[in-house]
Amino acid sequence: MNAPFALSRRALLKGGVLTVGFAFAGIGPRALAQGRARIPDPGEVDGFLAVNADGSVTLYCGKVDLGQGLRIAIRQMAAEELDLDPARITMVEGDTLLTPDQGPTAGSTGIQRGGVQIRQAAATARKALLDLGSKALGRPQSELELADGEVRVRGQARGMSFANLLAGQAFNLKVDPKAPLKDPAAYKVVGKPLPRPDVPGKCTGEHVYMQDFKVPGMLHARVIRPAAIGASLVSVDESSIASLPGARVVRQKDFLCVVAEDEWTAVKAQRALKCEWSGGTGLPPHDEVARQMRAGPFTRDEVLLSRGEAKPVLPPEARTLKASYYWPMHSHGSIGPSCAIADVKADSVTIWTASQAPHRLRHTASRFLGIPAERVRVIYLDGAGCYGMNGHDDAAAEAALLSRALGRPVRMQWSREDELGWDPKGPPQLLDIAGAIDAQGNILDWRTEMWLPEATRGLPNLPLLALDAAGIAQPQGLTTGLISQNGDPSYAVPNVGVTVHWLKDAPLRPSNLRAPGKIANCFAVESFFDELAAAAGRDPVDMRLRGLNDPRGIEVLTRAAAMMNWQPRPSPSPDRGGAVVRGRGIAYIHYKHQETWLAMGMEVAVERASGKIKVERVVCAHDCGLIVNPDGARAQVEGCILQTLSRTLFEDVQFDRSRVTSVDWSSYPILTFADVPKLDIDLIQRVNEPPLGAGEAATAPVAAALANAVFDATGVRLRSVPFTPERVKAALDGRAT
Amino acid sequence: MASYAFQLNKSPRSVECDDPDKPLLYVLRDLGLTAAKFGCGLGQCGACTVLIDGEAARSCQTSIADVKDRSVTTLEGLGNAAAPHPLQAAFIREQVPQCGYCTNGMIMTAAGLLARNPRPSEEDIRNELEGNLCRCGSHVRVVRAVLAAAGQGG
Repeated sequence: MNAPFALSRRALLKGGVLTVGFAFAGIGPRALAQGRARIPDPGEVDGFLAVNADGSVTLYCGKVDLGQGLRIAIRQMAAEELDLDPARITMVEGDTLLTPDQGPTAGSTGIQRGGVQIRQAAATARKALLDLGSKALGRPQSELELADGEVRVRGQARGMSFANLLAGQAFNLKVDPKAPLKDPAAYKVVGKPLPRPDVPGKCTGEHVYMQDFKVPGMLHARVIRPAAIGASLVSVDESSIASLPGARVVRQKDFLCVVAEDEWTAVKAQRALKCEWSGGTGLPPHDEVARQMRAGPFTRDEVLLSRGEAKPVLPPEARTLKASYYWPMHSHGSIGPSCAIADVKADSVTIWTASQAPHRLRHTASRFLGIPAERVRVIYLDGAGCYGMNGHDDAAAEAALLSRALGRPVRMQWSREDELGWDPKGPPQLLDIAGAIDAQGNILDWRTEMWLPEATRGLPNLPLLALDAAGIAQPQGLTTGLISQNGDPSYAVPNVGVTVHWLKDAPLRPSNLRAPGKIANCFAVESFFDELAAAAGRDPVDMRLRGLNDPRGIEVLTRAAAMMNWQPRPSPSPDRGGAVVRGRGIAYIHYKHQETWLAMGMEVAVERASGKIKVERVVCAHDCGLIVNPDGARAQVEGCILQTLSRTLFEDVQFDRSRVTSVDWSSYPILTFADVPKLDIDLIQRVNEPPLGAGEAATAPVAAALANAVFDATGVRLRSVPFTPERVKAALDGRAT
Repeated sequence: MASYAFQLNKSPRSVECDDPDKPLLYVLRDLGLTAAKFGCGLGQCGACTVLIDGEAARSCQTSIADVKDRSVTTLEGLGNAAAPHPLQAAFIREQVPQCGYCTNGMIMTAAGLLARNPRPSEEDIRNELEGNLCRCGSHVRVVRAVLAAAGQGG
């Protein structure tokens, strides 16, 4: 380990995470320019953990805690392998100078990949410490144990501390994929609901968010968005802000900003600045998006799954059904608009960001600033939850361009209108499903046809607004996440086909939004399954159980049904006469067909006169394998359910032919306390199984379970989101939705 | 440049300001009191909530001139890690925040409610918090924590 890097890690430990930015200001470009050898290596134990002189351990984690709790859970995983009190472990997250690149924090992989990597590094360290202890104490490893930061002879009170055994040296070891992991039967820390360390500060105001962070000498910036997407800036009237002290305009082609010494002046300048725009790329009419998706243009068709016969011969009594489902575009809806600070100097760059992908952003910044990645440092700070990829990367690019132009650190803070209007959107999804069922309720044939914007292969970053506006070349394409998964049913069906028509473009710039694609796909697949069950006069739980042979799937479905005291009968409910009708629905998913298993049930009331849906109760049986921190996992499942209820009941990005028009919380309403149901969550702990992730899976069946419950209550099938009272009422009245 | 005197977290404070319309939110944040968060600037989300003369108010919709000679309490003034307010203690015990960006507003709005109604029902709490938005889905914990702080449940 070279001197500057070692110094940097030591300095960090003295001051804690928040002082990092300042502690490092003095290290400067020379240390940053040392080259790849200095980049923390995810193949090395030292990349992930360091034993400090006082016996504490510091973890270096490339994944970041966005509120989902890995800040404690990953500590628990390492603490377990090292037999160390988690209170003696600190963790640095998402600082590109200090932490290995473990990929973006996305796809519910924080624990299942990021945590598992660090656990293996800790297990390798444990083995090395036992080796050193064996030599130092002159006893075979079989007689030794790790306890309280020491290697001891089993049963003796004192041994040699980790720090003394290492004698100031690093481990200098590759992470050993075969280093033995602790027997789960001996777990003391993993599986315990330890409190999250950031919670107290978040409740007292002491926690420093990205939006609260300051750098000496920084300017405050706001960006002026064009009147239409892709519009050109014709003129700027700088005199319109002349009365605001210190406010000035910064323009690079169509990238237009105001900066000021204080934030309020920047806000006023943003509001006051007069400018003219012309042209724009144009948007389709909002209500024609689904129709236009069928028309293309397409990059290609892809057969995702073909099982059995493509065109099976069906018995004469078989019934065939076909239905279309549509999922509109959604905003990430972060409560705090995106924010970033950049300090671009001649030969080094520091960016503070709440991006879920600081390491990726480092390379992006390196590209557009033309500075080697080794001289770009990106430091993660907590922001408001972003659930995929909101405007954090955009704000970082904007701050960096401004800082380069002005020679000072710049803080870019988006407005509410920026966030809802210009964050990249969850893409629209259209699915047609056709199926055939026999008189006994056996599904004979299943065809899913999807129309989805195609993610551009190898695209290093989603195209950033400021770079396009400023005329800076960047790789173009679409980012969507893995949106075609779970398009086929989880049940035994002899003949199944799933095809995607990949669309060349999306109406609004898309990006990953929590559980990309899976919510809409599960909505379609699990709704259609219920349509088949209703056609066959079969109970929806019973028909699912008959089609499942996966014991973990059967268990979650059985548990969810039991929590609802589910009485078998076909849907819809026979009792549909009242002014308020009640129903129940269920949906099941094996997330990505290889991760978490879960079943979700809903109990709803629908007011016929208004079409208003009231979700009264949601039950969820959830098997994500090993649960490292049960309270953290429970919070994630609660969040998955409530956020997706919000998306399903209320959300649909509105736009005219020029730009997004749902730019505040009245035009883009989300769930409020009035619509929060009772939640009953059953987390199945499986200590001997790998952890599979809890950050996304429980979002997936929400819309389907709700649609199935509304059908049960009313006999009316909702196939487009959101389920607004107007849409429900129209469906109840037999009008098109 | 005018001078505005008010009580801030129980201490007298005077702020020089050339704009009587400057929102209290930015006044507080410029003073280093960053618990109140910018969420919308429109009074729609509640992230910026503070107490003014004991009542919950949106600091983004309140100007510096509005608080002249009045008493402003922020989350920092409610309590701290060493001596948390009962609401803060309950929010910590219930592990309410995920991202936590809305938490300031949840606690301050609840503090306004408890000052007026020390034994609110669950429905009272939901009604009071109707204008406070949370995107992570911490709602059920918020309600549980407020009930616990009011000596009910928990």
